[in-house]
Formats: sequence, C-alpha cells, structure tokens
Amino acid sequence: MKSFKEYIAYPYGLWMLIFIAVPLLVVIWFSFLSNPDFKAGIYTFTLENYQQFMDPVYLELLYRSFLYAVIATLICFLIAYPLGNLIVSLPGHRQNMMIVLMIIPMWVNFLLRTYAWMVLLSGSGLISQFFRLLGFRDVSLLYTQSAVILGMVYNFFPYMLLPIYTSLKKIDPDLLRAATDLGANHFQMFLKIKIPLSLPGIVSGCMMVFMPAVSTFVISNLLGGGKYMLIGNLIEQQFLTLNNWNFGSAISMVLMTIIFLVLGIARLITGKELDTGGQLL
Amino acid sequence: MRKFFKNLAFGLILLFLYAPILVLIIYSFNDSKIMGPWAGFTLKWYVMLFQDRYILQALYYTLIIAVVATTVSTLVGTVSALGIYRMRSKLKRPYLLLNNIPVLVPDIVMGITLMSLFIFIGMKMGLTTIIIAHITFCIPYVILAVLPRFNRLPENIFEAALDLGATPRQAFWKVLFPEILPGVTSGALIAFTLSIDDFVISFFTAGNGVSNLSITIYSMAKAGINPKINALSTIMFGCIMVLLVLINIRSEKGIKNIQ
Repeated sequence: MKSFKEYIAYPYGLWMLIFIAVPLLVVIWFSFLSNPDFKAGIYTFTLENYQQFMDPVYLELLYRSFLYAVIATLICFLIAYPLGNLIVSLPGHRQNMMIVLMIIPMWVNFLLRTYAWMVLLSGSGLISQFFRLLGFRDVSLLYTQSAVILGMVYNFFPYMLLPIYTSLKKIDPDLLRAATDLGANHFQMFLKIKIPLSLPGIVSGCMMVFMPAVSTFVISNLLGGGKYMLIGNLIEQQFLTLNNWNFGSAISMVLMTIIFLVLGIARLITGKELDTGGQLL
Repeated sequence: MRKFFKNLAFGLILLFLYAPILVLIIYSFNDSKIMGPWAGFTLKWYVMLFQDRYILQALYYTLIIAVVATTVSTLVGTVSALGIYRMRSKLKRPYLLLNNIPVLVPDIVMGITLMSLFIFIGMKMGLTTIIIAHITFCIPYVILAVLPRFNRLPENIFEAALDLGATPRQAFWKVLFPEILPGVTSGALIAFTLSIDDFVISFFTAGNGVSNLSITIYSMAKAGINPKINALSTIMFGCIMVLLVLINIRSEKGIKNIQ
C-alpha cells in the first residue's frame, strides 16, 4: 500500500476547510458582531446577540423546543422498546420482514410524510370526521401542539426502533434464561439484565430522535401552522425574513451547544461513540 | 391470546406508519379539492401534475443535483478514504473530526453556515451552491462507508499483487477495488438517498429561481392542502415500491447463484 500516499486525501481536506470549517467560523464570528457594515469596514464586537436571547420570549421558545423534543423522544422510546422486544421474539426471516416494513415509510420524502399528516388531521380530514361521529364538536387537530409532537414521533420513530432492535438482538438469550434460572423474577431480569445490555441502543436511539426533533422547523411550520415557534423556526426567521444574521448566528450557536452537551452526556452514559444501528439503508 | 395481542401490536404500529401514506394515495384519485368524503374517481390531479411546469422543473433539478453530488462525492470520498487509510501523521485525528461535523451538526446549522459563506464571499445562489452544499454533506457518509473496508484489508495485499506480476493499474482494479466495492456502492446509495431527500440544506442554499422537489412541496404544503401533492406522493411511493421489489428479486437471484 506504500504506493499510495496520504496526500491524495489533501484536496478533500482543503474542501472541508473551505466548506465546513470556514462557514462555521464565519457564523461564530457573526454571532459576536453587532450590525456590521462590511463595505465600510465597520464592525464592533459585542455580546448583545447572546444577551438578546436571554429575553423571556426566547427562553420560553428554547424551553418549548426542548420540551417537545423530550416528549417526542420519550413517546418513541415507549413504543419502540416493547416493539423491539416483540420483533426480536419473532423467527429470523419474519424479523427482517418486519424491520423492512418499518423502514419503508422512511423512504418516502420527509416533507410528504409530514404533509400526509396535514391531510389526516385537517378539519375535513378522516380523524376529525371520526371524532365528529363520536359526538365531539369540531375538533381540528391540525395546527396544535399535539400535531407538532405527533409529527416528530411519526418522522423519527424508525431512528429509535433500529438501534434498539439491533442492541436487543445482540443479547444472548442464554443470559436471560440464566438470570431466571438463578432466581430472578421477570421484572428483575428485565431491569438488571435486559435494560443495561440494551443501553447503548437506547441511548443512540434517543439521540437520533432528539437531535432532529429539537432543531426542526419544518414540522412546527406545517403541523403547528407557525403558531408554536421552535428554536429552528427562530433561526430560519432571523436568516430568511428578518435578515438579522448576527442574532440568528447566536441562536445557532446556542442550538449547537445544546446538541454537543447532549451528545457529551450520551457518551458519558455509554462510555463510547454512538452506534446508530447503521441499517437505515 | 398472547399471539393475538402480539399481532394486534404489530397491526397498530403498521397502521400508524402506513395510514398517512395510504390516505394520500386514496385521495390522489378523489374528484374533490377538499379531503372530505369520496366524490368519485378521477385522474385529473395526475394530469394537472404533469402540466405543472414548476414541479417538472423541480424534479429535473432534484435528479441533476443528486446525480452530480453522488458521482463527485463517491469519487472524492473513496480516494480520500484511501488517503486517510494511509495517513500516519498527526493530521488524521483533526481530519476525521472535521469530516464528522456534517454528520453531527443539525441540518439547519449546516444550511445557515453554508448560506452565510456563499453570501459572504458574494457567490450567486443557485444550482452551483446547492450542488456544493450537497457534495459537502454527502462525502462524509461515503467516507464513513468506505473507510472500514480499507481498514479491514490484509496488510500488504497491494504489494502482493505487484510481486505476483500485476501492474499497479491491474493491482488496483483487480485486487484492491473489488475488496472495497461494497463500501463504495453503499456509500453512493447513501449519498444519492440523502441528496434526493434533503430539504433543509437545499432550502438555505438555493436562493430564488432554483428549487428541488422538497422545496416545491414545502412551499405548496405551507399554503395548505393541495391534491397535486397527493398525486406526486403516490407516484414517488410507487417508484420506491418498484425499486424495493427489484432489489429483492436481484438479491434473491444472487443468493440462488451462490447456492
């Protein structure tokens, strides 16, 4: 292999510097500037963008993003963990079939999947009609908080299921049998053997749901009708409609910090790099 | 009884996952603009879809972007993975760290950072900027798919081929390449899927004028429900199903050939 030198990796290294490192640095730099006028060469360093974010309005928005993402992650986990156990208990070929069936919807464009829920939840939609049949008065579920959380659960559910399924599949059934033979009841076996052994899958599943959920702006826009702004919506708004890039950059930095903090915590729990299950494709 | 509850659980979850898609498909044939009761069968949404120049153009852009981004990122990613595999210097760690950033950072942050760069250096937003953005977020996945293949290679496989009389070109194409090919294929597939499916990063790097399917769907959906989107999703879902069936048949054939 000595015929190949490491410098064939350098062009992409340069590409990464230009299109990954520099843009990040530019945004970090922007976040510390106030109303720069680049043409005139005037820019002053300030912390006011970060101070502006400390306003209760924005803190509430941050809290809401966090809350929705946590709830969505929790719901995904509560469905995916028992489901993963059920799938593992199936015979081999049916396991694969079931997993493929769970993944196929992921192949449909993300926006179409979200749009489908707009159709289902709208005032004239099937679910509202069903509620009307039961005697409830006009319940439009579209553009509510529940719709936003539902959208998150629906879109990111497979990200939770796959890593959990992979880690459950790796557990040697003999270990579980040994635990019961040695006198553990079903609950103890579950708590002391199954949960710890599948912890890496649980943690990476939670990460893979939490991260896109906390940073989304599409789901909250389409299913929340723009009524429930999340941190992603705020960033989009600052960059695309209000043109306040400095504040937008500061919010992006806050979002990045949250993500890296959560990643750090996840790494502390599992003690190693995240294993994403790697079978989305 | 246990089996009944098990099947019920599977049934419910599959209903949850597929109901929205099925409803879209059914309503794409419904002769009514609102998603209310059934008003008769029609194909007019499909006709209108194919007369919509914006959607057709968006489809065209989506495919162009995906093909260019996949080709470039697969080539560059594979070559770079070979370089990384040979890297002995202190560069390796920061290099891999930088490569992982697009995987870890949320899409929206990738989108706004690239957009800031393009505007900062005065680049006109359009097809070029989207393609650059797509290449940037695709290469890391190609490298993550190919690099393990290199790491698994026997130490001196290339030199062995040379010793046995192969020219460097033969040694590369006949010995090295077949070993890493599965990684390259799955890298290319991941890149293609990511590019076709991407909305957020394209949204920020597209500017006016150019838009891919995701962006078009987003702006249509934001305005409310539109039966043309139903027709579009039905077609896309149909393509995916056909693709899956084809892949299945091919892999079953492959298994038979091995046997």
